[in-house]
Amino acid sequence: MKHLKLGAAAIALMAMAGAASAEKLSVYHWFEYIPQELLDKFTAETGIEVVMDTYDSNETLLANLKAGKLGSYDVAVPGDYMVSIMKNEGMLDTIAEGELKNKGNIEDQWLNVAFDDGRMHSIPYQWGSTSFMVNRDVYGGDIRTTDIIFNPPEELKGKINVLDTAGETLVFASIHMGIPQCSTDRDQLKALDELVQGAKADWASFNSDGAKDVLVSGDAAAGMIWNGFGQKARLEGANVEYSYPKQGYIVWMDNVVLLKDAPNRDAAIKFMDFLLEPENAAAVTNFARYTAGVKGVGALLDEELQTSPEQNPPADAPAGTFVEVCDEATQKVYDQIWTRLKQ
Amino acid sequence: MAAGIGGRTVSSAFAPIRLWLLLPSWVVIGFFLLIPVLLILVYSFLTKEFRGGVIWDFTLAAYDQFLFDRGLFGDDPPTIQWTYITIFVRSILQAAVATVLCLLIGFPTAWYIATRAARMRSIWLFLVTVPYWVNLLIRTVSMKFLIRENGPLNEFLLALGIIDSPLEIINTDIAVQLGLFYSYLPFMVLPIYAAVERYNFALSEAGADLYAGRWTIMREIVLPVVKPGIIAGCILVFVPSLGAFLAPDLLGGAKNFMIGSLIEEQFKGQAGNWPFGAASSMILLSMVLVVLFFYARGQAREQV
Amino acid sequence: MRGFDPRNYTGFLTVTLVCLFILYAPLIVVAVYSFNDSVSITRFTGVSLRWYADVFTGLEAAKFRAAAANSFSIAIMAAMAATAIATAAAVGMVRGGNFRGKPASFALISMPIMVPEIVTAVATLIFFSTIGFALGYLSILVAHIVFCIPFAYLPIAARLQGIEASFEEAAQDLYANRWRAFRYVLAPIMAPGIFSGFLLAFIISLDDFIITNFVKGAGVETLPTAIFGAVKQGIKPNIMALSTLLLLFSILIVTLSYLIGRSGNEKYQN
Repeated sequence: MKHLKLGAAAIALMAMAGAASAEKLSVYHWFEYIPQELLDKFTAETGIEVVMDTYDSNETLLANLKAGKLGSYDVAVPGDYMVSIMKNEGMLDTIAEGELKNKGNIEDQWLNVAFDDGRMHSIPYQWGSTSFMVNRDVYGGDIRTTDIIFNPPEELKGKINVLDTAGETLVFASIHMGIPQCSTDRDQLKALDELVQGAKADWASFNSDGAKDVLVSGDAAAGMIWNGFGQKARLEGANVEYSYPKQGYIVWMDNVVLLKDAPNRDAAIKFMDFLLEPENAAAVTNFARYTAGVKGVGALLDEELQTSPEQNPPADAPAGTFVEVCDEATQKVYDQIWTRLKQ
Repeated sequence: MAAGIGGRTVSSAFAPIRLWLLLPSWVVIGFFLLIPVLLILVYSFLTKEFRGGVIWDFTLAAYDQFLFDRGLFGDDPPTIQWTYITIFVRSILQAAVATVLCLLIGFPTAWYIATRAARMRSIWLFLVTVPYWVNLLIRTVSMKFLIRENGPLNEFLLALGIIDSPLEIINTDIAVQLGLFYSYLPFMVLPIYAAVERYNFALSEAGADLYAGRWTIMREIVLPVVKPGIIAGCILVFVPSLGAFLAPDLLGGAKNFMIGSLIEEQFKGQAGNWPFGAASSMILLSMVLVVLFFYARGQAREQV
Repeated sequence: MRGFDPRNYTGFLTVTLVCLFILYAPLIVVAVYSFNDSVSITRFTGVSLRWYADVFTGLEAAKFRAAAANSFSIAIMAAMAATAIATAAAVGMVRGGNFRGKPASFALISMPIMVPEIVTAVATLIFFSTIGFALGYLSILVAHIVFCIPFAYLPIAARLQGIEASFEEAAQDLYANRWRAFRYVLAPIMAPGIFSGFLLAFIISLDDFIITNFVKGAGVETLPTAIFGAVKQGIKPNIMALSTLLLLFSILIVTLSYLIGRSGNEKYQN
């Protein structure tokens, strides 16, 4: 028995040693957001092996890092408002001036942003919008209204998928109602709670990572989705149309951040520089179908992206809204609304 | 679970070194499971940090959240919080329905197999147990694929003209029950099979001699004898169904939250509320212990 | 007897066939669709092996290979360790005479089966994070050893209970050495039980999703967690091919254990 156990321990140690020998980069990323070929290219260029775990919402990223995973990843890819939150929580490391060779490649409009002025902790990854898609085989009427999700027509009732993320879904509901984000008005908050509770009866599922698949497979006839992910649903053959509702929609930018206590900080910096190369940023865009925040990608993009209905809002569409960070007392109410909704 | 404590022969050939033989299992399970389970209890009294994580301040907040609703803003007078109670009650009902389904299908199956000739018996038994050895995740995913709205089941039924529009099974309670039933069916068949195999059929023949009908014989003579096997099967299906995660998560959709998903959400999902997850785990564990306690007491009483 | 057969009840055969149908239909459907030529999983367009090729050479192949290596190495080591611990425990429990803590000892050994899996998962995660045990390959291995112990224990103890005590008592009279009595007399007779215990522990470890999902660390996946992650985004044909391969592997293992168990029993009985 002793021999068996010693043998087992020896094999385990060997397995660990084998994994630890090469230089490594540990990435915590959204699901289906970076092509494997690009990671392989990074490994080929730098000799750094990439391991990647994925999450499906900004809130999941935050919860898991807070729950002890900080210190095991080098970089993550939070959305704008989550960058602010993580910065305030002291979860981000600072990139020294001059450390990033390709910092000059960042598009001017994304350099001095409210959530990370001067890009001290992050670089742009992709930006896009959050709205919804409708299967045109099922419903032929007007879809440029948030009623599709919150007050759906008969044909779509019970066939709606909603993103499983408190931030975007509750803000989208606020846009539908025309109330401000981070409202402290009790009547507005109660109305918001009632709206989503009532609409839930018409929803089939809360699903972010499956948001594309439910549309493609027909499990859902309408569903909240990000524009690029939605474009992929259309390209996979679903007769679905992305909506830019008259009431408004969400815009966001995802950013690669340098995490505090990153075990492979140098590799992380190299990875960020790598992603700022126009060619590589374009590869992400061609894969994920959003929009890069890096100069010089234009010529490298699929032609279709220039004209796609998902990336090009109609002329009469209102401007999109960024998700705001609320103070603790207010956020607790929104958390409460979400918890009640989910259960 | 059925392997008893004593055994048929009480031998003490290894009694002098008993402690050394048992120590590794005690240490490993004691250190890596018993202590951790006790630690859950401690965690259920800790304070959740606003953005996730815990603070070592002792509080009843997690249990309060479970039991009382203080309104959206946390300042209404407390009323009973039905959401979590509903999740627990739903889990119990789902597990119960799955258990009954397993019994309805599992009992005749076990009976049929146990009454075959020895050689056929082992082949039938083999056929029933093979799926149990297949990865539970793969089985659940397969079920999801089969019953989805445009899946093979609906296509098949539509093609045959049995239905006009696709059955909406996925994301319903029925899908979850089906998934649980499918996951744990062999757990029902095996103990009942063992009980029926030991059953002395002379008892049924004696009943027939007294002009009892075959269903009367089943009810009055057979069932009381094989009852322990049935109860064991029910527990083996009910307990894991209660805390199941894969079936509700993959087959249930949004409205069919069960305890397992509730707990998972606190640790792996966006909720990030470890104390509440710990409290929910303690409540689930208590429920299971109650079931097992009554089972053990029933067993003890029968042996007396 | 008036032709009464207490064994036969009308309809029970039908239910048995329904039971088998329910158990196998989903697996067979997925196996069939894994040979589908189409990218779309809902329409069957033709027979092809392309998704099997994809599992081994496609873009996700490296991920699957790493996950498979983790799954199998963890399952083998966890099953070995658990079988060793469980064999010792079974000898101690079944051949250790009666002692006061016996019911408590049995309860402790079977604790991993009694406690719902999700609770074990929560407990292990909280414990590891409290003592500062880094989550990764080793944390999965430790958790697997723990929950594999009772699964290895049950068949071993059941086998041992069926063996007459006189065997090793006679042996001990002859050799007067407990270890040799175990090594040369008891162990060979117990072997089928130990082997079943090992196989059961191996399969249980390979099967585990919930606990692994809680205690895995950055970048470490097993096959179930990798498959779960992929399936969350929809059931892809390559996942069906991978599932079918695992299905075949399971059937191979169970057939093997069935044959070995049968031959072992026959040998002992003769």
